[in-house]
Amino acid sequence: MADTSFQIAGRDAQPVERHSMAEVLVDAFKGLLSNIQDYTYMATRSLANLLTAPRYFQDLLDQMDNIGVGSLAIVLASGFFIGAVMVLQTGSQFVRFGQTALTGDIVSLALVRELGPTLTGILVAGRVASGMASELGSMLVTEQVDAMRAMGTDPSRKLITPRVLASILVLPLLTALNDFVGLLGGCVASVFSLRLGAVEFWTRAINALEFPDLMQGMMKPLVYGFILSTVGCYKGLTVRGGTQGVGRATTQAVVVSNIMIIGADVFLTKLALYLGDKLF
Amino acid sequence: MSSLASLDMAYAPVEFENVRIGFDEGDILQGVSFQVLPRETLVLLGETGTGKTLTLKMAAGLLQPSQGSVRVLGHKVSSMPERELFAFRRQIGIVFQEGALFDSMTVGDNVAYRLREDHLSEEEIEPRVLEILRFVELEHAFDQVPSELSGGMRRRVSIARALITKPEIVLYDSPTAGLDPITAQTIITLILRLRDVYGVTALLATHRVQDGFALANFRFDPQSRIVVRERPITGRPADEPTTRFIAYRDGRIYFEGRPEELAATRDPYLRRFLV
Repeated sequence: MADTSFQIAGRDAQPVERHSMAEVLVDAFKGLLSNIQDYTYMATRSLANLLTAPRYFQDLLDQMDNIGVGSLAIVLASGFFIGAVMVLQTGSQFVRFGQTALTGDIVSLALVRELGPTLTGILVAGRVASGMASELGSMLVTEQVDAMRAMGTDPSRKLITPRVLASILVLPLLTALNDFVGLLGGCVASVFSLRLGAVEFWTRAINALEFPDLMQGMMKPLVYGFILSTVGCYKGLTVRGGTQGVGRATTQAVVVSNIMIIGADVFLTKLALYLGDKLF
Repeated sequence: MSSLASLDMAYAPVEFENVRIGFDEGDILQGVSFQVLPRETLVLLGETGTGKTLTLKMAAGLLQPSQGSVRVLGHKVSSMPERELFAFRRQIGIVFQEGALFDSMTVGDNVAYRLREDHLSEEEIEPRVLEILRFVELEHAFDQVPSELSGGMRRRVSIARALITKPEIVLYDSPTAGLDPITAQTIITLILRLRDVYGVTALLATHRVQDGFALANFRFDPQSRIVVRERPITGRPADEPTTRFIAYRDGRIYFEGRPEELAATRDPYLRRFLV
């Protein structure tokens, strides 16, 4: 086709290619494997970067502030109410057997072993993984990541490693606070609802805990922090399709990290119970 | 189309040899070869999607060609590992199409970014940042964030950021795209001053042929500090910066030559750029 001012050769509409169901499934599987490979590489590199310079200490502190201090309000508020609800639910059953005093034991064990770390992981993932995905995704589509590379900075060291390390360091602290505030909420609920003494509640709650419980409760957030930050960074740095893609990546970061956290919880619980039996 | 018979075969800061690159949709560049000589400005002309930005990104080592070699400042960037590329890229400057400024940092911090990465002291950084911001006439914007700047100001900050380490080569990706004529002229004047004051070699991607002609027909006189019309090519000193054009079409170099050759072309495709 000859060129005119308004028509350019070689731009005729291409015939639509049709694929069989098998081809579509094979392509989807290949895409999934490729994503897992890229994610694993990025996640491994984010930690391996710590072994060599340059390290971005100020960025680490900024991220710890953003993730830790920034998430404090939602973690504390939800922890308090979860503790209170736990007491109300378990207390209503224990009342039938006249064993309301056991409420402290149950709430303490459930919070420290399971609900504290997992709820903290899920809440922080909702806030932080989405934030990371949208921030890094926006940087990617506006070429800021390329600009960083062009100025001789490794985005993996500057953007990913501080976020991953900050999440790993901060999540156990948030979990510990969530556990404490959860017990506080439980104490308030038990005093006002079950007419239990505060001293009795705290004594039973603390005595119920053993070292394996604390180990389990503090081991999980380390893994959850790694999961939510690496998923958030991966989704952000693999954005396709401009601002719409950033929105999609943000949603996916939350969904994928939550599923991974809950899935990891099963294996971590089994591992912690095994280690608790063998070592202590 | 016409080619440069007198191309100096001495050291070329930028050298592309039979470069191919493509994505799932097919090859965008299909065996492109050219050189940029010292202090030369090579203007890459082409429609949107012809591979101008890809060329610049390959020159910076941000993308690897699927075939062929890219040499910049003596480094074979097409086969360097990313770790070595980070060190190499500190020797060149890149001005991205939309500026690509870090939007969470002030103008001063954007410009100072590279110097802070090199762990220079704040006493050394501030005067250098102010000097380069003065050069782009944005000293007053030191504390502003990119969202408070106009499109033209953002490009000027981007140029300042690329210049802070006084690179030997600067790559400009459509520096005047989307700007009004007056602001575009300001940016081109800035590029002229850069070329004539600092003597940088440049690779400039654009779809606006007038940008290339402005670079070819004018020069900045450092003595009088004004932009003056360029002397005829026969009357110029041998070491004076030159401007050359390359036009891409369908993944290949469709035209390569001096501004006067492009201006005199009768080729209907090229004439469309000249309208």
